[in-house]
Amino acid sequence: MNRLTVDPIACRAHGLCADVLPELITVDEWGYPIIRGGAVPASLLAEARRAAAACPALALRLRKSD
Amino acid sequence: MLPLHRNNLAAHVSVHGGLPALDRDALIHEIDAAGIRGRGGAGFPAAAKLRSVAPGRSIVVANGCESDPFSSKDRALLELAPHLVLDGIQVAARAVGATEAFLCLHEENRSVLAALAERRDAVPVKLVAVPPRYVASEETALVHFLGTGDARPTGKFPRPTERGLRGRPTLVQNVETLARFAMVARIGADRYRSVHTDLVTVTGAVARPGVLEVPADTPVSAILARAGGSVTAQAVLIGGYGGTWMPRSLADPVPLGREPGLSSLHLLPEPNCGLELTRNILLRLAAESARQCGPCMFGLPAVAADFTDLLVGRDATGRLARRLPLLSGRGACAHPDGAVRLAASALRVFASDAQAHLAAGSCRITAGAA
Amino acid sequence: MSSALWYFSRGTGIVSLVFSTAVVVLGLLNSGRFATRRWPRFALADLHRNLALASLVFLAAHIVFAVVDGYVDLSWLAVVVPFVSGYAPIGIGFGAVAVDLLLAIVVTSLLRTRIPPRLWRAVHWLAYLCWPVAFVHSIGLVASDSARPLLIALDIACLLAVLAAASVRFGSTSPDTEARRLSPLRR
Repeated sequence: MNRLTVDPIACRAHGLCADVLPELITVDEWGYPIIRGGAVPASLLAEARRAAAACPALALRLRKSD
Repeated sequence: MLPLHRNNLAAHVSVHGGLPALDRDALIHEIDAAGIRGRGGAGFPAAAKLRSVAPGRSIVVANGCESDPFSSKDRALLELAPHLVLDGIQVAARAVGATEAFLCLHEENRSVLAALAERRDAVPVKLVAVPPRYVASEETALVHFLGTGDARPTGKFPRPTERGLRGRPTLVQNVETLARFAMVARIGADRYRSVHTDLVTVTGAVARPGVLEVPADTPVSAILARAGGSVTAQAVLIGGYGGTWMPRSLADPVPLGREPGLSSLHLLPEPNCGLELTRNILLRLAAESARQCGPCMFGLPAVAADFTDLLVGRDATGRLARRLPLLSGRGACAHPDGAVRLAASALRVFASDAQAHLAAGSCRITAGAA
Repeated sequence: MSSALWYFSRGTGIVSLVFSTAVVVLGLLNSGRFATRRWPRFALADLHRNLALASLVFLAAHIVFAVVDGYVDLSWLAVVVPFVSGYAPIGIGFGAVAVDLLLAIVVTSLLRTRIPPRLWRAVHWLAYLCWPVAFVHSIGLVASDSARPLLIALDIACLLAVLAAASVRFGSTSPDTEARRLSPLRR
């Protein structure tokens, strides 16, 4: 199962992740990401990888877990 | 656990006897059977935590900081029974194979200094003064401070038990938990379960505030009665600044010591406004944020401001209903989660007061009203 | 023949300068959180990355033409080891330093998600050194011919563009940065 996680200390509210992957990521009123919980659906895996690569602070991570 | 007067080493040994030399598996087994949970607020099963410490040259960190203003049980323990805590450090060190130990405090403690001077422990214990900030006593913040002097939390992973101080497996444990280790090591799990007590700090509308030692699982109402709680006071804050407000009448089924949350009770004096106290605590919590994570450093002041709005009659309930669920679990530590718990429970318990504030700007019956 | 390659080298050198200026300007705008409706953050970030990779082609051509043409004494070694060339050792040397820094930046950026974030950031900050060094290489080696005034004007335009972008980057902060500064625990 693939999961998207945010390192809350590294996150600087750039907001690129929500622009790249609005299906799974929204931002709160201060610009910080809220990630829809659970596994990343296979159809969105490539986008999720793009979103993690797009983060200027490298705070968004796509991890494999079981 | 708490003697009436401070036990020096001689008194301690005459009361409790010497510390037996158990092997680490036997120790962990007894602690497991005794059902000891962490007494620093998280309530995590102690034996599981001991088992999770990775093999290697591990370190024990005894957390005696007790940053919450509504709790003083750790202070009492260190003052009256320091040797129980220091024994507990040795027991924990044996259980995880540690060669080094630290005892962390916010302020200088002469009782501890004197106790250390009397002892010759297998694992040396270094006394460390930690900056007097609320989050500095969080587990990862403590490890971070010991390693770098930076007293800010570092996040959930890696866990200190895997990679902590100087990259070594580190066991961080509250001093009361360690004291209980020392008791179980001596008397065994069965006897511990039959005689063990809870330490509770009681403050607020009580005739005899302070630290009480009560039989395990004593209901809240009995504890408040023992402390001389005012009969008119209606609400009690359980668990300190990051705790839960409850109506006094419903508080009894809450088993202190077994559930997560600090063992502290603050009985709200009847004339005081619970929403106002909550707002003041929220302001303190906001000021104590380490300011590393967005939801905490922006969310906490916003929620405090919402409470201020409520107090003066501006309707902030919609904003709070939107904001509060989004703050939990999105920080590197549980600081914002405690603030959310406090705020949400206050809105529940003081709902009618909130209505009064919105209607009339105050929840008190003003003098001179016809 | 040899002077044709020499001119190609100069030509691709000028293109490299313009490309690298654009890359640096985009990088500064990115870290300054700049965006427009038609160019949101991730679009500018992608442009920064794509232009950087494209510029490597022109940079490679610039280097290859210069070494291969034989017009001046320039060995392959002098491309990466500074100040050892027979021709204009200082000017070429600055180019070699820029190439070394750029190699580190490019390699770490290709491996960006696989290396520690702090390492990537530290190496990427070398760009603040790399571009000025490349700029000195460029302006220091402008040939004395009829194109000289034009080329110097181009160099200055590039410098002004970078300075303007830098003022965007360092002239503003975000609420996040401001809030972090207020930490009572910050040392």
